[in-house]
Amino acid sequence: MKIIIMGCGRVGARFASLMDEDGHEVTVLDNDTYSFRRLPASFGGTALFGNGIDEEAQKRAGIEEADIFVALTQGDNRNVMSCQIAKHIFNVPRVMCRIYDPLREEMYSVLGLETISPTKVFAQLLKEKIEKKEEKAED
Amino acid sequence: MYIIVIGGGRLGYYLLKALLNEGHEVLVLEKDSRICRTITDELGSVCFRGDGCEASTLAEVGTGRAGMLVAVTGDDEDNLVACQVAKHKHNVPRTVARLRNPQNAILFKKLGVDVTISTTDIILEAIEREVPTHPLTQLMSIDEKGLVIVDVKITPESTTVGKKVKELSLPKESKLALIIPNKGNAHVPAANTVLQAGDQIIAVTSPETKGALQVALRGV
Repeated sequence: MKIIIMGCGRVGARFASLMDEDGHEVTVLDNDTYSFRRLPASFGGTALFGNGIDEEAQKRAGIEEADIFVALTQGDNRNVMSCQIAKHIFNVPRVMCRIYDPLREEMYSVLGLETISPTKVFAQLLKEKIEKKEEKAED
Repeated sequence: MYIIVIGGGRLGYYLLKALLNEGHEVLVLEKDSRICRTITDELGSVCFRGDGCEASTLAEVGTGRAGMLVAVTGDDEDNLVACQVAKHKHNVPRTVARLRNPQNAILFKKLGVDVTISTTDIILEAIEREVPTHPLTQLMSIDEKGLVIVDVKITPESTTVGKKVKELSLPKESKLALIIPNKGNAHVPAANTVLQAGDQIIAVTSPETKGALQVALRGV
């Protein structure tokens, strides 16, 4: 599969190298080339300088042939906008969007984006971990 | 009408002033507390500190009863999200977004933003108008009709000088509205009107056929 990842932060870089190891064709887009230092030396995909909320940059990254677009920058609004470009302008079959703000995440999920809120996921995870420990203690 | 303005920068500030003068109920949402304080000191309590992209902030300022939301921050993505939240969470009937990148107009329209204003385009148009040698100037765009009004200058080099209007092969989307000659009064072009060097032709056309219209009017 051809995967385009916007944002080469910790998550972006790690996800890119995981998908690359699995043999997918990966392109990582970031508007700061310094971020590409996070990619491992073994990374076989493409690291491309560019702003993901720009249609031209998405085209250069090969969005027209992409199977999946994932937005992982720090900015919720940037992620939302780039995903909507990928979905509504370039008709990418699968578009995934990280949105920290749970309220915004719910709204865009209703509007048809595949969204993940790390805030919600992580808070839930912590709660479950604590509950499990308590259950064990009670046993 | 109750109008909410997102972004208290220079544009937001002057927009706020203008709308207040017109007698509207206006509120600016601004993230920066310093800017917010300056506006409040000067114009009274018309600035609320908060993120205009957050549904809860918009709920707090009563966006549900707003007739219009205008997003004029310097970032296209923030303006887009503010308009979308206003539309989908608070049913604001009219949303207006400022654009930095003119290319985003199509996307914003597709996503339900009612009006987009590209400051870059407006400045470019104004500059083009001041460059005397520019053969075609866009005077205005009528977005909802998909038309633009342009001004085409006929120069002595134009191969169409001396030709009649009916001899021109104009794109079918184009209509000539007015000819302003070098000397004398402006007139409405008829089929037998002869083009002369120094004529300024005001025409209506689609944005896509601007180039073709220029070629038809001036020759190659």
